Amino acid sequence: MSLTEPRKNTAEDMRIAPDIGRPIKNACIERSRNNKYIHMKKERKKNLYQLAAWTWSWVATLAIASFGPRYIWDDHTVLTVLAVSVNLANGILMIIANRNFFNNLDELERKIHLESLALTLGLAVVVGLSYSLLDVTNLISYDAEISNLVFFIGITYLFCVAVNTRRYS
Amino acid sequence: MKNRLKVLRAENNYTQEDLADIIGVSRQTINAIEKEKFDPGLPTAFKISKVFKLPIEAIFFFEDN
Repeated sequence: MSLTEPRKNTAEDMRIAPDIGRPIKNACIERSRNNKYIHMKKERKKNLYQLAAWTWSWVATLAIASFGPRYIWDDHTVLTVLAVSVNLANGILMIIANRNFFNNLDELERKIHLESLALTLGLAVVVGLSYSLLDVTNLISYDAEISNLVFFIGITYLFCVAVNTRRYS
Repeated sequence: MKNRLKVLRAENNYTQEDLADIIGVSRQTINAIEKEKFDPGLPTAFKISKVFKLPIEAIFFFEDN
């Protein structure tokens, strides 16, 4: 057989698999779906849900740590330290969940996210420092808030992922 | 890099989804490889060559422009 010669369907390929009721080749795909890939898809879904859960709980603990001292426990130092600690621990677990999700992506998806992260990081540093300079030199009348930068990072990352996904489709 | 993935897939009656399922990547990845927008890494190339029972160099060709 030459290198470029396509593989012919053999009698084995055409034999009906008793457990699936379809030709062997399709049955192989079916088994592959039932075993390895279904497991991978389930794993990916699990990682996605875990990331979503940790992200939402991080946002919730951040909100509690931000507004709790003023509206719930009246600037009680111990409770504030506890709320900030819980938020920090939650943030670390969110990062671990994000790493697990990232490691479970296939190579193209990883490339898409990596390019988006590189662009987002670059833009966050450049735009963030320019924004800070505007505040320091009093070119803007209000204070440069970190929340604006976080919002900018989120939007940039989403935009980059959408553009890169479209580029490779 | 050029490849014969689309031809081989058609000859073996696999859909993009089937091939993606077998080698454990997304359908978008198979589509990007076929359209030569993305060159797969060695593990994926070996998995593809195993599916079609052909050596890697019979599926992927390097074109020096």
